[in-house]
Order: sequence, then C-alpha cells, then structure tokens
Amino acid sequence: MDLHYLEIPLIGADGDLMAFRTTPPEANLPPRAMPTNPPGDSDQIGSTSERLERRRSTTTEPTELYPPQATSPTPTSTVDAGPGHLTASKPSPSAEKSGDDTVLLNGVNKSFGDVTAITDLNLRIPRAQISVLLGPNGAGKTTAIRLITGALTPDTGAATVFGLSPTSEDGEEVRRRCGVVTAKPSLYDRLNGQDNLQYAADLYGLSKADAPKRILEAAEQFDIVDALNQQVGGYSTGMKTRLALARAVLHRPDLLLLDEPTSGLDPESAHSVLSMVREMTSDGKTVLMCTHLLLEAEGLADQIIILQNGSNLLSGVPDHLATGYWPNRIVELRTATGSDLDQLKSRAGTISYERDGNTARVELETTANVADLVSELARSGVGLEAVIPFEPTLEDLYLRIRRDDQLATPAPGGSETEMTAKL
Amino acid sequence: MNWSRTLTVAKTDLKQLVQAKDFWLPLTFLGSLFFVFVPATLLLTITSIGDVAVVGQISQTLEVLPEAAKTQIQGSSPEGQTAYALAVFLLAPVAVIVPLTISTAVGASTIVGERERGTGEFLAHSPAAAKEIYIGKLLASLAPGYATVAIGFGLYSILVNLIVGPSVGGWFFPTLQWWVMILWVLPPFLAICLSLVLRLSARVTSTAAAQQASGLVSLPIIGLAYSQSTGALFGGGLYPIVIGAIAWVVAAISLSRGVRSVTRSRLLGVGGGL
Repeated sequence: MDLHYLEIPLIGADGDLMAFRTTPPEANLPPRAMPTNPPGDSDQIGSTSERLERRRSTTTEPTELYPPQATSPTPTSTVDAGPGHLTASKPSPSAEKSGDDTVLLNGVNKSFGDVTAITDLNLRIPRAQISVLLGPNGAGKTTAIRLITGALTPDTGAATVFGLSPTSEDGEEVRRRCGVVTAKPSLYDRLNGQDNLQYAADLYGLSKADAPKRILEAAEQFDIVDALNQQVGGYSTGMKTRLALARAVLHRPDLLLLDEPTSGLDPESAHSVLSMVREMTSDGKTVLMCTHLLLEAEGLADQIIILQNGSNLLSGVPDHLATGYWPNRIVELRTATGSDLDQLKSRAGTISYERDGNTARVELETTANVADLVSELARSGVGLEAVIPFEPTLEDLYLRIRRDDQLATPAPGGSETEMTAKL
Repeated sequence: MNWSRTLTVAKTDLKQLVQAKDFWLPLTFLGSLFFVFVPATLLLTITSIGDVAVVGQISQTLEVLPEAAKTQIQGSSPEGQTAYALAVFLLAPVAVIVPLTISTAVGASTIVGERERGTGEFLAHSPAAAKEIYIGKLLASLAPGYATVAIGFGLYSILVNLIVGPSVGGWFFPTLQWWVMILWVLPPFLAICLSLVLRLSARVTSTAAAQQASGLVSLPIIGLAYSQSTGALFGGGLYPIVIGAIAWVVAAISLSRGVRSVTRSRLLGVGGGL
C-alpha cells in the first residue's frame, strides 16, 4: 500500500475531523541539494522539515523532468510513486528472473600500473532495461564501460556481452551492436555534423543507401538537422552532446552505453537527453548509464548499481533495495511544539522514534496502521499539522548504503560481503 | 581486415587535414620554396643571365659526379649542361625531403592527436580493428606526402623544361631514373619513416612531444632517403632497383611491427608505454 494515495482523516486538537491528503504521486519535486547526513540521523530531521515544506508546496502537475516511461517489452509494474521516489519504475519479478542479460561481468579486475581501477567487479545488465551505474568520481564507472565494449581488456575475470567476449574475435560484433556516448563527446571539431555522423555510419557498416536516411533520422531525433552543415567546433556543449547521442544511435545499437551524458548541459537540455534515454528502451534497447548525479538516476533507473573503489557495492531494483534498508513503515509527524509527540516512544508497534524540534520521525511495525496512529494522537489532543509518509529517495538510499559501508569497513575492501548479506 | 573501414579512417583524417589551414599553409610554402622558387631562381640565373664566372664555378663542381651521371648530361653549351645537371642531379633529390617532412608531420600528430582531442575514445569503442586504424592513419599520412610529390614535381617539371629545355634540345624531365626513384625508392623510405613516427605517436602523451621525437627519428631516415635517391639518379642499371628492394623489405618488417603499437587502450590514453 502506497501511503501517497491515502487520504488520512485527521482530528484536530479541538476535535474537528478534517481530511488531509498527502502529496500526490505526480508531484514534481524540485531539485534539491544533497543532504549532508543520511536519513535516520537525528540531525536529518531539520532537512526533513524542509522536505515537508517542499512537499506541501508542490503542485499536482505531472512531472516535466521525467516523463512517463514508454511501454517496454519487459513488463513493468504500473506502480508509480512519481519522480522523487524509488518506486518510480518497478520491473516485474518475471523480468528480473528472466536471465536474459545483455552484459555480464564476472570477477573482473583491471589495474593501470599501480592504480587499481576495478576490483572483482560482478555486473549484470538485464536486457531492455535502464541500468544506472552510480558512484563518486573515480569509482570505476568509465572503466566498466570500456571493459564492456572491449576497449580495455580485463586483467582477470570475464566480460560477456550479448553472450560474446568483447576482447576476442567477437569484439567487432559486440562493438557494432553497442552505441557509446562518452563523458567528453569525442567529436571531430574540424568536421561538420554531417561528416561526423557519416564517419560513424561508415565505421559501423551502414550501407551507402541506408546511411543518408539514418543520419537524417538521428539528426531529427536529436533536433540538430539545422546544424549538420556547421563545423562542430562551433557547437555549444548541448549541441555536441546531441550530436554524440545521434552518432551513438545511428546504427540502431542493441546496447547503449552512456557515460554521464548530461555532463555540462543546462537543465533543459539534460531533461531532453534523459527523455530520449527513456524512449530508447521502448523498442527493446538496453541502456547502461553512468552518473554521479542521483537526481538523474532517480525515476529513470530500472536497476541501479553502486560502484565504489572499483567494486560493485550494491545492485538491484531501487525499491527492492529501499525495502531492504527501510523494511518498516516510517512516518514523519509535525505538531506546533513537537513535544506532544513524545508519547509515541512508548507506544506499542513503535520501533524507533526521533524528534527534532516540532517534527518527529516514527518507525512503525510493518503491519501498523498509520490512520489508527493519527486517530489515536488526535483523540489524545495532539494537534497534528502534517503527516508525511517517508518515501526514501535514491539519494537517501545511496547515502545510506555508503554510510553503512563506511561504518562496516574498517579498512578498504572489507565489507562487501556483509553489505550484500544484509540485503 | 576491412578495407572499407580502413579507407574511411584515412579519408576522415584527410578531410580534417584539408580543414586545418594552419597546417597546410606553411607546408605549401615549404613545397613552393623547394619545387618552384629555388629552382627557378638558380636555373634562370644560369640560363638567362649567363654569368660566365658563376657557370664556370658550378661546372667545376659537376666534375665530382660519377661517370654514369656525367654521360647522361645533355646540352651543348656550358650553361645548358650546368642547368641540366642542377635540375636532374641536385635539385630533384633535395625535393624528396619535402614529402618526407610533410608525411612525418602528419603522422606524428595522427594518433596522439586523437587521444588529445578525446576522439580516440570514439575509435576505441568502434568496430574498427586496431590494424585498420593503423593502416588508415598510415595512408592518411602518406597521401599528403605523395600529393606533394605529384603536384610539386608536376610544377617542377614544367618549370625546368621551360627554363632549361631550350638549352638542351627540348623537354627532358622527368628522366627514367627519376621515375624509378619516385615510384620504387622513395615509397619504402617513406613507409619506414612513417612506421617509426606512428609508433611514436601511439606512445607519447602530446602532439608536441610526438613532433619533437619524430624529428629525431626521421632525420636519419630523411638523410638516408636523400643519399639513396641521389645515388639512384646518379647511377644506372640495377643499383636503384636493389636499393629499393632492400628498403621495401625493411619497410615491410617495420610496418608489421608498427601495427602492434596501435591498441585500443592507447587510443584511450591509458595504455602502456605512455
């Protein structure tokens, strides 16, 4: 049951019954700064208050940032809690168990001299889904992409893409079926847009008959037709990214690898790019996107993979991971003073209670009924100003995972098993 | 080996070169100097001004030419003979330095340039094999050199025939030995030079470093090419054929070893030897 859909009856301190509708699922949460502390910390409550304010002030307009996901060949759940929440896109269990993986990395290690870039990386990218590689700079995201296309050869371990080894003679086939957008667009500045696309068309083996048509289609898709005859050196960053994306999809790849595709883009262009990424999975393409921007991944990812120090810290469907970290129901309550909420500490079914000022976060047993809790409080004369069910965002999850990893890891590289076991 | 992709790599490199005015304008000047201005000045001085003292001095230096070369000199007057000798035995071999210099300059920046611009990543992820990229780059480096040979010697031929031809009884250039030099002796030396330069370009970290290092590597090759070209022109018979054949063998070995220098990791800038 998604608390977003609840209309919770509230009884004011004066005993009047009033209806309080929680923020609708379509609410377009504005971009926000990353909190300095993970959820659960008492000093997080302050930022929660801000979040309460934000949620209250948001409108019911459908989101512009992440448009609804197009129909995918892989069945997905229709549960959609909106762009700001981990339940945004939920692949069905059958899709998860299909074993139809586009990419498999198994125990891959890669070093450059004394620098270890990838350590025992295990990765599984399901077909026709958007997988997002998350991690701080230097986590090994770009190296992972390079290993997938065979641009780099693993020191040890095995990479399999479309069931083929990218570093064997099959590498050409693998690369022909991949489209890559690198963090730096890697375009030929002295050539015009048309020549850049023609170069890719020739290298990827498009026929002379097909190439002009495909070039035009790709240019139209990314709205760069008018700029095709201009020298790329004169393009804006946004135009270059669009051209790089057009070049990547020109040969209709089965696997699209995007390394921070919105890097350096203005919000409007970034939105446009992410919309296009979503569209690409509608016809069965697999997308692997690297980013260190959590907001970008949120609402877009069917699967997230968190890399740290070249290792796969965690991977899975976002809301499943969230359930692992927050198995119980969490609700944030606010009153005028906050102190009248302290009675909840000793209430049956309360697992944890934290209060900061006039806002308290209460973790309840899974079976708890929030409506009953609210009714009880109202009956006891507590004047509730707000009842907000806590929906962990990807940002919350990421920070929680990283915090737990740091706590569980006295020395680098020691906690992966614990972390995986926990989930 | 996919020749279509190889030619695509070469064609795209050449397209970029055409766009790079800052590159080809100085080289056009260099070619003009060696193929047009210097020969025109010298030959006009000898044939038109008729300065007896100068012609006498140059005639004396021609005495050092081998007998095989001396017998080829045409013309009845001292001015005509001197101009002929200069046009065929001195200026033409000097001009082979130009294509070598141009090809070396192009080759030096070709792979490291991809890395510097970040376009190496595009190639590294593309289906093109490393060998195809290497040969494409090689062709793209050879082409400007040979285009210079064709255009430069075309102009040079017209020039020397117009200036010296009347003194030696008509059109005389190119000679048979010149054709052998250009089509048999020069290409392998160019290939040897480029195989070394491309290897350097794949390993160094910047275009500037590649230019510096390739200058050091290619100078001896240029010297060798000049001396052998001169010998090919001076001597007759089998000498140029043998020299060319040896150079082709060395070039084949050098090129095949050079293929290994281009790897995807080096295109990315993370390969060994950087």
